[in-house]
Amino acid sequence: MYEKEIKGKNNTGDNMTKEKYEKVAKKHEVKIPKTKNAIIAFLSGGVIGLLGEGIIELLCLFTHISRNSASSIMIVIIIFIASLGTALGFFDKLVTKFKCGLLIPITGFAHSMTSAAIDYKNEGPIYGIGANIFKLAGSVILYGIVAAWIFGMIRYLLGGNI
Amino acid sequence: MTFTYDNVYVKETSTIAGPYEKEGPLKKYFDKTIKDLYFNEKSFEKAEIKMVKESINILYKKAGLNKKEVDVLLGGDLLNQITATTYGAKNASKCFLGLYGACSTIVEAMIIGSVLIDSKKAKKVIATTSSHNTAAEKQFRNPTEYGAPKPDTATFTATGSASILLTDEESDIKVESSTIGQIIDLGQNDANNMGKVMAGAAIDTLKRHLKDLNRKPEYYDLIVTGDLGKYGKEIVKDYMKKEYDMDLSKNYDDCGTLLYDLKKQKECLAGGSGPVCSALVSFGYIYHEMRQKKLKKVLIIATGALFSPTMIYQKENIYSIANAISLEVV
Repeated sequence: MYEKEIKGKNNTGDNMTKEKYEKVAKKHEVKIPKTKNAIIAFLSGGVIGLLGEGIIELLCLFTHISRNSASSIMIVIIIFIASLGTALGFFDKLVTKFKCGLLIPITGFAHSMTSAAIDYKNEGPIYGIGANIFKLAGSVILYGIVAAWIFGMIRYLLGGNI
Repeated sequence: MTFTYDNVYVKETSTIAGPYEKEGPLKKYFDKTIKDLYFNEKSFEKAEIKMVKESINILYKKAGLNKKEVDVLLGGDLLNQITATTYGAKNASKCFLGLYGACSTIVEAMIIGSVLIDSKKAKKVIATTSSHNTAAEKQFRNPTEYGAPKPDTATFTATGSASILLTDEESDIKVESSTIGQIIDLGQNDANNMGKVMAGAAIDTLKRHLKDLNRKPEYYDLIVTGDLGKYGKEIVKDYMKKEYDMDLSKNYDDCGTLLYDLKKQKECLAGGSGPVCSALVSFGYIYHEMRQKKLKKVLIIATGALFSPTMIYQKENIYSIANAISLEVV
């Protein structure tokens, strides 16, 4: 019916090739400021570390628990603060500013689980939260265990204490 | 494939835009804006469905029609199984066709609608589309609250829904011609640089449209691409100049850069994207300017990235497509 109006017979898109396109498109790419981001992440990650150490010191100072127990309590406190930040909706804004410095420490782990849980709460406790809470954190747990096993084996084989 | 039409007219358009779009420079052209991403609903998906319903309702109200008078409603969105459109378009017309062309969906719907009217199979057709920033983010990327750092080339999915009513009754704006795009694979695989992924499709469709109708870019008062963002836009200009010696510096723009004030709205990075991006700009701002006769001939090239997260993880390229439709003041 539209035969007479179909004027474009050549459907191969002229002579655009990947190489030609890439040559022009490359000029309009933006470099990610990797060094700058790395420095920001190093400093912000360091601040989290400092905060953790500070909490441990305070706990040891004011309560009479062992350093080991204090570090466990510190982790719980940091996780709580990060998760609360996610729930109140400002942690993602901090991540945009402070880059991976907030994602790599335990704060990022907590954040990845809380954000996934919030996202899928409407799909219910089983198919939503339960099935998706480890969406991002699952990889961390799996490869964390694998890495721990590998390094544990290396240490054992080198004659270290278990 | 380029068609020309004789009896397809734009009767009315409707737009409903989200909170980020409300902060942008085009606020006054939208029929309705919403304050937050939930739109008084429990989930982002339900908010998107509600926006689709609203945009269709506004369209009926503005056109003074009732729902039995529209033959077909065509549309699609980004959610899995195009649910925003299907749930939102329930009972909204006599028949329904769901479409998927990613961010090029609205022009795809307009082309099919125009062909239906031109072939006298239908008298009144609605084309509709929607997208929702966080609903799309949840589906295509990380959880919405995660906020992983993104490069400047990444685009920002627009929130809103927009609809257009095409009829065979004469009005002051007609659908003049359209070009259906082809699937383009230029070896691109960076989901954080969709402008670069889709600019190739925009160039291809624009070139073929101009060639098929024997036109120069100057024929149009305005040529807009859908959602290439500020970097993709430059690729189009540069490539057209270099390879085809066509100057687009005067009458070409991109809806993704028009929708937001990119200097102020830093969170929008390279510009807007999503099916509703080109629809909000075209049915809001461009339609308004055409009604005022400030723009007379406009070519809208909606660009879409055809992919899924699964295919990216399986190391496949991101394909792209661009469909073009030309509107003229009668």
